[in-house]
Amino acid sequence: MMPSGVEKGGVTLLKDLFGKRKKYATIPNHQAKTDVPEGLMQKCDGCHKIFYRKEMKKNLNVCPNCGHHHTLLAWDRIECLFNMDSFEEWDKDLITSNPLQFPGYEEKMEQDRLKTGLNEGIITGKGFIEDQAVAVAVMDSSFRMGSMGSVIGEKIARAIENAREQSLPFIIFTASGGARMQEGVLSLMQMTKTSIAIKRFSDAGGLMISVMTHPTTGGVSASFASLGDYNFAEPGALIGFAGRRIIEQTIREKLPDDFQTAEFQLKHGQLDKVVHRHEMKALFTTLLDMHKEGGEIS
Amino acid sequence: MKQVMEFEKPIVNLKEKIAELKNFTKDSEIDLTEEINTLEKRLSVLEDDIYGNLKPWQRVQMARHQDRPTTLEYIEKLFSNFIEFHGDRLFGDDEAIVAGIAYYKDRPVTVIGHQRGKDTKENIRRNFGMPHPEGYRKALRHMKQAEKFNRPVICFIDTKGAYPGKAAEERGQSEAIARNLMEMAGLKVPIICIVIGEGGSGGALALGVGDHIHMLENSTYSVISPEGAAALLWKDSGLAQKAAETMKITSYDLKQLGVIDNIIPEPKGGAHRDVDQQAVYMDHIIEESLRVLKDHTPEELLEKRWEKYKQIGDFATL
Ligand SMILES: [Zn+2]
Repeated sequence: MMPSGVEKGGVTLLKDLFGKRKKYATIPNHQAKTDVPEGLMQKCDGCHKIFYRKEMKKNLNVCPNCGHHHTLLAWDRIECLFNMDSFEEWDKDLITSNPLQFPGYEEKMEQDRLKTGLNEGIITGKGFIEDQAVAVAVMDSSFRMGSMGSVIGEKIARAIENAREQSLPFIIFTASGGARMQEGVLSLMQMTKTSIAIKRFSDAGGLMISVMTHPTTGGVSASFASLGDYNFAEPGALIGFAGRRIIEQTIREKLPDDFQTAEFQLKHGQLDKVVHRHEMKALFTTLLDMHKEGGEIS
Repeated sequence: MKQVMEFEKPIVNLKEKIAELKNFTKDSEIDLTEEINTLEKRLSVLEDDIYGNLKPWQRVQMARHQDRPTTLEYIEKLFSNFIEFHGDRLFGDDEAIVAGIAYYKDRPVTVIGHQRGKDTKENIRRNFGMPHPEGYRKALRHMKQAEKFNRPVICFIDTKGAYPGKAAEERGQSEAIARNLMEMAGLKVPIICIVIGEGGSGGALALGVGDHIHMLENSTYSVISPEGAAALLWKDSGLAQKAAETMKITSYDLKQLGVIDNIIPEPKGGAHRDVDQQAVYMDHIIEESLRVLKDHTPEELLEKRWEKYKQIGDFATL
């Protein structure tokens, strides 16, 4: 829908103001965020309309005009779902040991720690959705693109083990480009570690809900992200195993625009449901309630 | 004639020279025994020097060697009465993975492995050993059957990776791999995995969760190919050699990182130079693994599997 003429004029004006920045419109969202001072405007990645940042944030980073789901940082995600007074974070102080002695890795990690205020690209813990306690893991794509190394694998496995021991449902939000190159095969092995933890949890009767957010690809997509009892995704999220460019090079064919979107995965039977961010909490509440009987861990 | 790799040319040249001299002695009265002995000694030193100190990149070349024995060749040497069974019962039969049952000594076992081709025609049929989801689902079907009939599972890993294709994505490549990881985690029979060539990322791992993981000495196991790593990390796939070193992908690296249990030695010059000898080395380790694992109850097996994987990875505390 086109907005009214007045608004349109306003937008044009702002576009002119931001004219110099236009060619950088494709820089990742989190970077744009740190570039623009607090309280300024934000351009939608979907419809390119400009909004007050506060307005966008209040709308959980979903564009009020076109519904495009922008990145939600891990803490923002947790805040919009959980009662923060009772949120208990787990294993906050785990950091990489640079197991392969990869040159430059520790410096990069330090940069991202400063940039994001996180120690790794994931937050795990226990919280309450309404009155239901759950174990949760939320990945943050602004930290090393959410890539999975030993710490992320360990934190997820521990969170699942805690969920098993404390008889809690487990909810995970994935956002990851896949394996962390700097940890090589150890990164690959986190796929196994997390999958075994899920198997143990599942065999004990635990309920796991996976929500794939943009992007969920590679080794994360091919392990825990796909192993929920219910697998959901946010609208428009990129979800897949291999990268688009690699596939195009391999099959020498141009892929359709919607390839590997959440909607594409839904159409191909790979997801239970695509869920709008605004409806997430209500869905969780209902699902958790429906699994109260028979879903408890034996 | 085996394909010769650049770094082994000095050995091959010297071997040719020795053969030439021997040939010459046959039809001549001149005695060259002393010269031949000297050269053979030199050959032995040279072989130890080159094959005994392979660099990571040279092992990558070994692992990818066009003559390197494939799953089906090892099956023929190690087992008897192998019967291959096809199909995933859902979509099709992926020939990039072979699966079936056979006798190992007197004992029925389920055998599953990636299958490359050795020439272009077979490689096309086998999709260069790069599976689609139906390959992993076929493998899983066999694993569940092994569990039902209480047979150990032996997996051979030899793939550049899961196939990066459109149809593969549409049919759930991610889910197929993830499902195998989870189901292998809980399979109530012993699983032995042996990396025989390239262990490429998630596509290898989907046959690679087990109680004992072994690697042939010159095989590799990695999260991404050296070329891919170089392109991602340094925007230059030409730095693959450097990536092979930095990424720690050889059997020795993986043993040190605690990812694998044993390194299976290879004959001098690589598995392709003596498949029979290679099979003997593998036989020892399979026998030992099965002996150790057969006394575990299913509960013990699963608990140990979890303990094994739980400790893989390394981190620090702030
Ligand atoms: Zn928009």
